[in-house]
Amino acid sequence: MSAPLETAMPGALETTTRAASETAMPGALETTTRAASETAMPGALETTTRAASETATPGALETAMRGAGRPRLVPYVTGGITADWTRYLLACQAGGADAVELGLPFSDPMLDGVTIQRASDQALARGATVEKILTDLTSVRDQLTVPVVVMTYANLVVHAGATAFCRRLAAAGVTGLIVPDLPVDELGELEPAAARSGIDLVLLVAPSTPAARIRQICARSRGFVYAVSTMGPTGERDTLDGRAVVLAANARDAGGPPVLIGFGVSTPAQAARAAGAADGVVVASALVREVLDGATPERLRQVVAGFRAALDATRLRGTTSR
Amino acid sequence: MTVTNALSVAARTMMAEPLAGGRFGEFGGRYVPESLVAACAEVEEAFREAWSDASFRHRLERLRAVHAGRPTALTPAVNLSAELGVTVLLKREDLAHTGSHKINNVLGQALLAHRMGRRRLLAETGAGQHGVAAATAAALFGLDATVFMGERDIERQQLNVFRMTMLGAEIVPVRSGSRTLKDACNEAMRHWVTAAHDSYYCVGSVMGPHPYPWMVREFQRVIGEEARAQCAAELPTSVPTHVVACVGGGSNAAGTFAGFVDTDARLIGVEAAGGAAMTDGTAGIVHGYRSRVLQDEHGQVAEAHSIAAGLDYPGVGPEHAYLGDIRRARYVTVTDDEVVPALRRLARTEGILCALESAHAIAWVLRAAGTADLPTGSTVLITLSGRGDKDMPALMATATR
Ligand SMILES: Cc1ncc(COP(=O)(O)O)c(C=O)c1O
Repeated sequence: MSAPLETAMPGALETTTRAASETAMPGALETTTRAASETAMPGALETTTRAASETATPGALETAMRGAGRPRLVPYVTGGITADWTRYLLACQAGGADAVELGLPFSDPMLDGVTIQRASDQALARGATVEKILTDLTSVRDQLTVPVVVMTYANLVVHAGATAFCRRLAAAGVTGLIVPDLPVDELGELEPAAARSGIDLVLLVAPSTPAARIRQICARSRGFVYAVSTMGPTGERDTLDGRAVVLAANARDAGGPPVLIGFGVSTPAQAARAAGAADGVVVASALVREVLDGATPERLRQVVAGFRAALDATRLRGTTSR
Repeated sequence: MTVTNALSVAARTMMAEPLAGGRFGEFGGRYVPESLVAACAEVEEAFREAWSDASFRHRLERLRAVHAGRPTALTPAVNLSAELGVTVLLKREDLAHTGSHKINNVLGQALLAHRMGRRRLLAETGAGQHGVAAATAAALFGLDATVFMGERDIERQQLNVFRMTMLGAEIVPVRSGSRTLKDACNEAMRHWVTAAHDSYYCVGSVMGPHPYPWMVREFQRVIGEEARAQCAAELPTSVPTHVVACVGGGSNAAGTFAGFVDTDARLIGVEAAGGAAMTDGTAGIVHGYRSRVLQDEHGQVAEAHSIAAGLDYPGVGPEHAYLGDIRRARYVTVTDDEVVPALRRLARTEGILCALESAHAIAWVLRAAGTADLPTGSTVLITLSGRGDKDMPALMATATR
């Protein structure tokens, strides 16, 4: 699963060449998009068949979240944060990620704390766009063996149109989507659009979510259920909020896809504790801070590997139930 | 359903309770993190209950009278009317306590927060008028007030910043993004997630997640209802031919329009050319609601620029987006260059120094008077949303240039 770092990451020359050809060939982007929409537009029969099979079998993300037999680790990387940001993605994989969460930066990240805000600002200031990030992603697709789940805000989805957005994600090889400012009541056309493109739409539960609503959300969430550990924005915290453990237990009891705890999982020890109550963790700000501070991909791989080791030790102690 | 039926249904439901989920047509809604859904639902439930409670309404009415100084006057702009050839009536929200219409909304929300047992008001502010109103109401109800304000707005609106501190509010400078109102809104929302258990988020305009656009409009409806009765006493035609108000988030316009939506009056919202979400915006979601939003070709929310800090906002209340779509209201823009002369002209003809925001409405009337948009002989009601004291430093800067 974890490919050696050297093979997982393109050399400097390769990166430069690719970057140059991307800026030089505006037509390539268009072609990709068109090709994507062509393949993504099935006939009526195919649609029916696929829709039926979708309800029967979990998507790629959910399969990965169920299949690993150990607590799941999903690190987060802000797309476009540096010129060679895809190397961070590959470093997460090399460090033992079961999936990677890719943030598409938005100007008004309502739910993000200072670290991810800074990362988004930095990416946008570099000229990052959804299209550029997904094009970068496509270029490393062959090297990625773990699923990519995109996290972004509702405006970017609405701006592109739910159907076009999901098709574009699918064409870039993305298999999951998290939109934190789209609660279950506002999914509208995104839910069927995601299903049509084979994208698992991950829903969130929070400590303030009532029990009946937790069941509703878990029933409709695909890929995994994102249990927001704390009442607050993303960001590192000294201790894991005790409510996370209760919330994750309630979400697991509700059935549905695996439950991952995210927000404020800042250290391997906290991750291990969270994994004792859930199926795994999402780690974001702690990694993004490293990148903002100039960590090399190798350094990031080590940090991710530290989380991996702590989680695996949890499993060895037998503290997870599934 | 026949076309006439559909129209009469639309007329009856216009500016009434929104559709399920807080929709105005396709706009509105509740696009917030799951962590805030319960908090929004709680505010909605409390508002529904309070609004149908006669004692709540009575307390609010009394507060408006004894604390805010309502009803505000309707002043015929006699000299300006003679110069323009149209009858201009000014609804004087500048005479309300704290100097703008913002107090109407805040008294309603503070009363609600008090009823809900909250101990702190959270607010965002651009021009500072909403912050001052929130700080005022908090003092009155014995609540704490925390006001989020962009760093750039803090620089531009020092007088209001000082007023807020005098009233005991804590100001939180917001350094993210464009460091203006839009970022103050994000920060207030983020803070609300952490504080929803004991704090009440007092939104400053007809924006934000359901029930805020509806609730704020209901609290501002008093402007339109008073003006309707005052116009009936003042005008032989009873209802003016045109009703004009400036639009930032759109609360003074929504409150004014609500009093006239069932008449033949033309409703005109005036935006700042640099922050014209109705004119230049496209469908989007920001700050918890779906509406028209100023954004770039990639869907990133654009920075708005206006000489009036209160109009310097890239979104607009969802009900305005709806009223614009069904063509019940018309939205126009004026530039900074038209606004300062408009403010001066009103000052010199009527002896009223209005806010730069309000001067946008005046500027449009000056431009349109005698044209097909506002023919000679029209009667026009303009809401003067606020007084200009806060803008004098900015005007002093333009005068010496
Ligand atoms: C005097 C005045 N008028 C108008 C506005 C714009 O707000 P709204 O469009 O909600 O009335 C503001 C906002 O700060 C204001 O201070």
